[in-house]
Amino acid sequence: MSTRTPRRNRPHEIVERALELSRADGCVVIADEHSSANLRWAGNALTTNGVTRGRTVTVVATVDGGRGTASGVVSRSAVTAEDLEPLVRAAEAAARDAGPAEDAQPLVGGEKVSADFTEAPAETSPEVFAAFAPALGESFRQTRAGGRELYGFAHHGIVSSYLGNSAGLRLRHDQPTGTLELNAKSAGTGAAGPRSAWTGRATRDFTDVDPRELDDELARRLGWAERRIELPAGRYDTLLPPTAVADLLVYQMWSSGARDAAEGRTVFSRPADGNGPAGPGAGTRVGERLCELPLTLRSDPSAAGLECAPFVLAHSSGDDASVFDNGLPLAATEWLREGVLHRLPTTRHSAALTGLPVAPGIDNLLLEGGGSRSLDEMVAAAGHDGPTLLLTCLWYIREVDPATLLLTGLTRDGVYLVEQGEVVGEVNNFRFNESPVDLLSRAVEAGRTERTLPREWGDYFTRAAMPALRVPDFNMSSVSRGV
Amino acid sequence: MPAPHAVDETFLALPLHALADAALARARALGADHADFRLERIRSASWRLRDARTSGTSDTTDLGYAVRVVHGGAWGFASGVDLTMDAAARVASQAVAMAKLSAKVIRAAGSDERVELADEPAHPDRTWVSSYEINPFDVADADKSGLLAEWSARLLAAEGVAHADAALLTVQENKFYADSAGTSTTQQRVRLHPQLTAVAVDPASGDFDSMRTLAPPVGCGWEYLTDGRYDWDGELARLPEHLAEKMRAPGVEAGTYDLVVDPSNLWLTIHESIGHATELDRALGYEAAYAGTSFATFDQLGKLAYGSEIMNVTGDRTAEHGLATIGYDDEGVAAQSWDLIKDGTLVGYQLDRRIAQLTGFARSNGCAYADSPGHVPVQRMANVSLQPAADGPSTEDLISGVERGIYLVGDRSWSIDMQRYNFQFTQQRAYAIRNGRLAGQLREVAYQATTTDFWGSMTAVGGPQTYVLGGAFNCGKAQPGQVAAVSHGCPSALFEGVNVLNTTQEAGR
Repeated sequence: MSTRTPRRNRPHEIVERALELSRADGCVVIADEHSSANLRWAGNALTTNGVTRGRTVTVVATVDGGRGTASGVVSRSAVTAEDLEPLVRAAEAAARDAGPAEDAQPLVGGEKVSADFTEAPAETSPEVFAAFAPALGESFRQTRAGGRELYGFAHHGIVSSYLGNSAGLRLRHDQPTGTLELNAKSAGTGAAGPRSAWTGRATRDFTDVDPRELDDELARRLGWAERRIELPAGRYDTLLPPTAVADLLVYQMWSSGARDAAEGRTVFSRPADGNGPAGPGAGTRVGERLCELPLTLRSDPSAAGLECAPFVLAHSSGDDASVFDNGLPLAATEWLREGVLHRLPTTRHSAALTGLPVAPGIDNLLLEGGGSRSLDEMVAAAGHDGPTLLLTCLWYIREVDPATLLLTGLTRDGVYLVEQGEVVGEVNNFRFNESPVDLLSRAVEAGRTERTLPREWGDYFTRAAMPALRVPDFNMSSVSRGV
Repeated sequence: MPAPHAVDETFLALPLHALADAALARARALGADHADFRLERIRSASWRLRDARTSGTSDTTDLGYAVRVVHGGAWGFASGVDLTMDAAARVASQAVAMAKLSAKVIRAAGSDERVELADEPAHPDRTWVSSYEINPFDVADADKSGLLAEWSARLLAAEGVAHADAALLTVQENKFYADSAGTSTTQQRVRLHPQLTAVAVDPASGDFDSMRTLAPPVGCGWEYLTDGRYDWDGELARLPEHLAEKMRAPGVEAGTYDLVVDPSNLWLTIHESIGHATELDRALGYEAAYAGTSFATFDQLGKLAYGSEIMNVTGDRTAEHGLATIGYDDEGVAAQSWDLIKDGTLVGYQLDRRIAQLTGFARSNGCAYADSPGHVPVQRMANVSLQPAADGPSTEDLISGVERGIYLVGDRSWSIDMQRYNFQFTQQRAYAIRNGRLAGQLREVAYQATTTDFWGSMTAVGGPQTYVLGGAFNCGKAQPGQVAAVSHGCPSALFEGVNVLNTTQEAGR
């Protein structure tokens, strides 16, 4: 592909040219080269598909004034060298029009240059499915023979981001992201009724996923569902699998911004007359023990298999991101250290406001510090003192009350009843009302941490490693007839 | 109504027809049975303020095109960004290659399914522009952030308001579509969504809450903020009082209540429990692994008792200022209006051309939409609206007939299951109703129901004077994920015997 890219249109040259054109006091340029391929299927047949390739250039202009520094941010797709001048001028005009930016900070300097900054972007294509697509077709044939139907989606994308600023930074990051979701349905007979099972994987390159292996897992789960058991709403001893734990803790992560906490607006706020520190982090629960299990919740740009950008890439400013921080190095960060709230996400601006350390968001999340048991081993140890529910995943998670971070949502694609260490059948679905912060405090066991795909948030967040959690009193608020 | 605007001349200056001709010719030459070309330019800008100071802005333009083909009985889709005829032809070749790959997998699975499209008359050289007066992109950025700052300052000046958040989203969408049957449409629409939120914090107890403006997102221009069609001054003046009352309000006692639901809350319940449930692609299983399916299965068309006999719901892509309103959809189908639920019975679905052909409908009702040039069109929601009763009561009349109930205003939290049975919603404000009168706000209210039970419990719908067009910018569906803006009109309505939860008790406190 790079052979078709005229020299002056290579991404690093787009960045350099835009910086040369800048007449503002400061300038940040991000060129994102993105490519993707996807396959979607329903009822054992491919439905839609697509390949995309494109470029988006974001220009941040900063203009110093008597009342402070203003910023203007303009992004355009399909930018060539000819389009750059109007784009840079538009960002400058937006900055002049905007008034002082409250998150203004000096641009990140340091003359750092990534070794591959001038190299061509990484790119994906339908070839990424070369082995996967025929295997999927074979799975369709097998599932049809077995009376099952497969539904699902495979997506692979690569974004090569080139970041430059007027303080000398020249950084590059290539981010591959792949997801596979597989859902098997069976019409069912008699009392069993229709059944549905799900599994998903996050992958960097599709070399490590085999649809036939996943289909075997789904066939096992549909087998569990041959016996159907109706249970009422109530609080149940529950095994949350890694994907469910990830969905709950990703939302908690998104709700944990330091500034909102210090302003008294979140579950991580502490009343002024509380016993918390009066100095840095005042008004927040930083330093407070949130769970008895010695769990550590952390993000790390270099986590094996979950690698993500090791520097800030912010295309606009918001509550937990600042365009001024672009290029700031990201280091491994513990949000929860052995059960104690340790860090809340900050920009340089919100860190200064709250007195907390600078800790920008990172695009992966790991929960560690549990035991060594796999989910199967946790099942084998469950259901001896009464029934235990084993969930497949959670769905349609929405915030009900920010004060407790109460979330509602549904169980989906399989709630299984565990008795005496064995799955004995499938239970109806439920609507839950639960807070992840409370769940962490009530969890009595965490299993082995493993890579997982957060199903609910998989469109936005795919890099997670979580253990299963056992919660003795998970609140199933009502029964859902949905399958 | 003022004369419609012309399509943005910078869009018309793009080589629309030349690119379409190159792509469609290549697709035909490669044996495609159907081919369509869609070029889009979508500009989205946002402003966010915290406590009257700018905390973030964005201004993003997405320009590109896509070619979709039916070849060998299979779909193929590809998109590109290079505005040259060679590149457009290359993208058409890629789309055909994707169709061939797709056909190979279909054959490997032993399936004989073929993609066929319902007929649509050709609509050559059509132009359509949405109804607005002042394009928000013609208004200086400083005026936008200035107005939001001034409104934020009003909230901050009120007693009990600790923080004020403000946000404005504006979109201008330009689409050019041409297909191998001779349709060619050029369209432009504008939409915006202003929101202000007041936050109260009791520093001693740590108690906090917030309240947001009820002003819905609309397919209007900048005039929506300035010409008095929406009472911003009144709403901003009352918001701090409403919030202060909420902070003092008691928690609801969980139980069964009669609910009078204001249009500002009911639109979202309609969206989730009717809008998505009457998408035929969902009912047939095409969204089964992601957005889900529908309890309103196709075999129940004409039979399913969706709600009480006073329930009449329409789908349309024609309502003035509606967010799903357009002249022609992304398959070249002209905008229409039709019944979904008549006298409480399911009588219709939302369709695209392939689903219409598959299920024996003579024609699509024009619900194909792609949110960007890089995405394939899928069946997306029309404006789905509950019709008022011709001589129906006012909201006050509805309240006056309730002995023990709750009046719900404004949307907040929402969630529904994958077959659209079990839902739970909260609100901006909940008022106790005692003996036909409002008796102060309640906190911690959520209502939970099963769709057909809820609509079956609707015993009165308000008159046209209570009707409001609500809506959202952020409806999600499909994989890769796509967002769509959609409006829902509805009157106030009365529902008897609905389950109400106390959310603090739900949290185990």
